[in-house]
Amino acid sequence: MSIRFGDPDRPNSYIGRTVPRPNAPRLAQGRGRYVDDLAPPRMVHVAFVRSPHAHARLGAVETAAARAVKGVLRVFTGAEIAAVCSPWVAVLAHLKGLKSPPQHALAVDRACWVGEPVAAVVAASRAAAEEGAALVDVAYEPLPAVTDMMSALDPETPVIHPDLGDNLAFRRLHHEGDVEAAFAGAHKVVAARFRTARHTGVTPEPRSILVDWNPAEGQLTAWHATQAPHMMQTVFAQHLAVPEARVRVICEDVGGSYGVKVHVYPDEMATAAIAKIMGRPVKFVADRLESFGSDIHARDHEISARLAVDADGRILAMDVDDWTAIGPYSVYPRTSAIEGNQVVNLCGGPYAFADYRAQTTVVFQNKTPTCQYRAVGHPIAVAITEGLVDMAAAELGMDPVEIRRRNFYADDAYPVTSPAKMRFEGLSHHASMDKLLTLMDLDALRADQAEARSRGVHRGLGFASFIELTNPSPFMYGIGGARISAQDGCTVRMDPDGSIVALSGVTEQGQGTEAMLSQVVAEGVGVRPEAVRVVTGDTQVTPYGGGTWASRGAGIGGEAALLSARALRGAILEVAAAMLQADAATLDIRDGVVVDAEGGAARLPLEELGRIVYFRGDTLPKGLPRELVQTRHFITSDYPFAFTNGVQASWLEVDVETGVVTLLKHWCVEDCGRVINPQLVDEQIRGGIVQGLGGALYEEIHYDADGQLLNGSMADYLVPMAAEMPDMVIGHVETPTRESMLGAKGAGEAGTAGAPAAVMNAINDALRPLGAQVTEMPFTPERILRALGALDD
Amino acid sequence: MYAFDYVKPASVADAVKALSAEDAQPISGGQTLIPTLKQRLGQPSALVDLTKIADLVGIEAGSDSVLVKGATTHAAVAAHEGVMQAIPGLAKLAAHIGDPQVRNRGTIGGSVANNDPAACYPAAVLGLGATVLTDRREIAADDYFQGMFTTALEEGEIVTGVRFPIPEKSAYAKFVQPASRFALTGVYAAKLKGGVRVAVTGASESGVFRWAEAEAALASNWSPEAVETLAAPAADGMIGDIHGAPDYRAHLVKVMTKRAVAAA
Ligand SMILES: Cc1cc2nc3c(=O)[nH]c(=O)nc-3n(C[C@H](O)[C@H](O)[C@H](O)COP(=O)(O)OP(=O)(O)OC[C@H]3O[C@@H](n4cnc5c(N)ncnc54)[C@H](O)[C@@H]3O)c2cc1C
Repeated sequence: MSIRFGDPDRPNSYIGRTVPRPNAPRLAQGRGRYVDDLAPPRMVHVAFVRSPHAHARLGAVETAAARAVKGVLRVFTGAEIAAVCSPWVAVLAHLKGLKSPPQHALAVDRACWVGEPVAAVVAASRAAAEEGAALVDVAYEPLPAVTDMMSALDPETPVIHPDLGDNLAFRRLHHEGDVEAAFAGAHKVVAARFRTARHTGVTPEPRSILVDWNPAEGQLTAWHATQAPHMMQTVFAQHLAVPEARVRVICEDVGGSYGVKVHVYPDEMATAAIAKIMGRPVKFVADRLESFGSDIHARDHEISARLAVDADGRILAMDVDDWTAIGPYSVYPRTSAIEGNQVVNLCGGPYAFADYRAQTTVVFQNKTPTCQYRAVGHPIAVAITEGLVDMAAAELGMDPVEIRRRNFYADDAYPVTSPAKMRFEGLSHHASMDKLLTLMDLDALRADQAEARSRGVHRGLGFASFIELTNPSPFMYGIGGARISAQDGCTVRMDPDGSIVALSGVTEQGQGTEAMLSQVVAEGVGVRPEAVRVVTGDTQVTPYGGGTWASRGAGIGGEAALLSARALRGAILEVAAAMLQADAATLDIRDGVVVDAEGGAARLPLEELGRIVYFRGDTLPKGLPRELVQTRHFITSDYPFAFTNGVQASWLEVDVETGVVTLLKHWCVEDCGRVINPQLVDEQIRGGIVQGLGGALYEEIHYDADGQLLNGSMADYLVPMAAEMPDMVIGHVETPTRESMLGAKGAGEAGTAGAPAAVMNAINDALRPLGAQVTEMPFTPERILRALGALDD
Repeated sequence: MYAFDYVKPASVADAVKALSAEDAQPISGGQTLIPTLKQRLGQPSALVDLTKIADLVGIEAGSDSVLVKGATTHAAVAAHEGVMQAIPGLAKLAAHIGDPQVRNRGTIGGSVANNDPAACYPAAVLGLGATVLTDRREIAADDYFQGMFTTALEEGEIVTGVRFPIPEKSAYAKFVQPASRFALTGVYAAKLKGGVRVAVTGASESGVFRWAEAEAALASNWSPEAVETLAAPAADGMIGDIHGAPDYRAHLVKVMTKRAVAAA
């Protein structure tokens, strides 16, 4: 039996509505429970000694002064931790040729970036641990640091890991059709060099972990701010030699993650190892400086790309040469080759064209490791593609909307396979562009632009169409050999009072997963969302699942919740039918009451049904199934990924005297399939846009040539702040995926994917009459003035 | 943070006495000092709190000058009717220092004593030709600022207030560093009875300075156009960091000067 999603008057119509978030009052009233709120008896704190050198051989570690500090209990070196925690190697079989050396929890022979942990001090208080850490004396022998991306493979450049032979971590070339011939015969060719800056996720709650080892049970328990508890269960088990069944990962409230908290971090592994050695709960909470130097970075890319078009503006071919520098290690277990790989997969995504060549070159550096951060690779691919499309439009004197319309796949062309070999089930580029234009009054904006220009005020409008990869199947990680689950499960049960408990494998980091699950389960069973209690983030309690990443929570976890809720509804109705001597098919559940499907007359409240099942089971027929608990798992199988699409537009003003960009307005229309909760989706889009605007205008991690991190604080690392953010108008087109009953695709990364390109195109629209163009992010005032020639060099 | 004693004197004299102890240091709003201590970059034996001394808090707006006492917060200056009327540029400057938390704790004495090269008040003090008052003397602005984080203050000397002459016109134009809201380059331009003064903060490696060429040009023609015809000051000696290269800051000096004059 299916749900009539198109009918807003259907009973229990919670899917598609904004419902209150069950965890919001708790968080707003300060009743959240983050890792740092926990303080079990006998807990100790660990602080890390971190390398001040980008590359150095480690000599003797002098710990006596640290151990003399009041409160300090023990000091650990790399070798001591390595004795209980085996190193890891982050490669995936399907990323052919990817290499990375073994990485230890604490550096053993060499430190390879500024901030790499080299020793750990455990104390009764964090203050004592930090005081001790400051007194640990490590004999460093500095080695040459590799910090420039484009010369990393030159013969004169030192090799960071001699055993690997060179500084190349991964290279992939994808070639489809005949690119050279297409360029040779093109009407126009546009080419540019793009740069996206190394930046990081800046979670409000820093990385946090508390690990206890109970020798009596042989059990390791980790309270962990993570996106993937089951993945971490495997990682702890494998590297600390504990059976997987004896590792429990609990993830209570998490204060934002954005991809930062889905990776394995050496300091967190060391914390677990120390717990196992000391047999005590050990807590580590990164401070902000540690976060800047040890949370994953991302988006450090330099790209040369070109695009060939015919006289009608049709895209003939695209050629992309992408370089990225990842730090000294590929990050475990997802690897640091995925971002470059995504650039290859996603460039040109919205457009129908035949000849495509793209290569990514992933090199090692003595800087903080990079890995997957919100919208992995998308902002880069979209900036390259949409930047070139706008340059082509300008060359042809064509309107930027028109050139896109001429090249989009037709909305009825699906399924199609892109030249990058991505398979699209159903996208809506034309409908999304139509919707965008109804939201923004293009004529008025262009008139305003012309009028402002006559006063010497330079405004610009930029568009960016995009595709986004969501709901990944095992094609993303599983086929490469990683124990990262693409399926997810949900258990839904009814308790005696008629209330519903849902246990889900996907996790909540502040984005509203619990609200989404509560309304899906409410509709699936036939109760109010308030009647559903959602439990996530405990490997000992919830069904096995992948957690939350790659915009999969609603599409995968939501579908598992819907299927289990529908199964529970069926089980309840079977019992009700027996009690009421009716045919189950004639009954329904609405607002927590069993009713006649026809007419809706109340027959039996769920709490009465619960009373009978749990306390007077003797009155029910022998052999009647009475499992008021149902579990279902879901995995996508028809497509490797559920692609979504959308289009953004940015309207802004450039102060050509100072170079400052003022964002005036931003629009986004996206198609995430079925919208389960409009408010949550809109806020995901808005939050994503803000992070994209950060990458476009503000965020950049700076290193000097020796690999010293120059901006490790919120006073020097610029993040987008409320005062600079524009009004954002969000619209939707809904093309549900047919892979699931729910039809939901992901929505968490679309905003970030398209915003930087929209801003770049808007700045260049403003600057074009002045003969200037920028392609190097972030577009700082100084870079804009240099492009304008307003500064001397 | 290392341990220290906390002293809360009731008078300037007691404060001066407390500061004679070895490694004792005044604390006012703590907006600069506390972060420094948290990073263990300082180890004072005692912190002598100036904010509880009645004589150090308050504003007196007279007919030809405004006195802001040493431990008066930026928020108090920003909201003071007398300041708003007599020297609106000064009230606006105070209203845009940092964020509300910083303005509610940070004080003029702390700012002027610290003389951060990116701080706002030094531009107003120098740009208006104000006088810095201390527990033992009065120091003219031109003699007071002696380079980044360096002033004419002696060991243990307390800034008790700053006396600003009321100008005909003045304004401050600040280009903010987007994260901290400090001045990447800020210019205080003032037309006073005695002439024109233009003081620049945030830009120079020598701290706050007067831009003589602009003063000369504006003395004969107080208008943004007069600045437009000038070359930007030399990039040599300007601060270069991740937020802006020396030539960018030099460029901003000119742009912000024009804007200050236009706003005055
Ligand atoms: C996030 C942030 C943003 C900021 N933005 C700006 C900005 O935009 N513009 C700006 O100008 N400033 C800015 N500030 C600085 C702030 O305005 C304070 O004025 C400044 O930090 C010093 O004032 P305070 O009263 O806090 O001094 P404190 O931190 O208490 O002291 C600073 C130093 O001065 C000494 N001292 C304090 N009072 C006296 C006195 N009366 N006599 C002698 N010595 C004294 C102390 O011993 C210490 O060495 C910002 C600060 C922060 C934290």
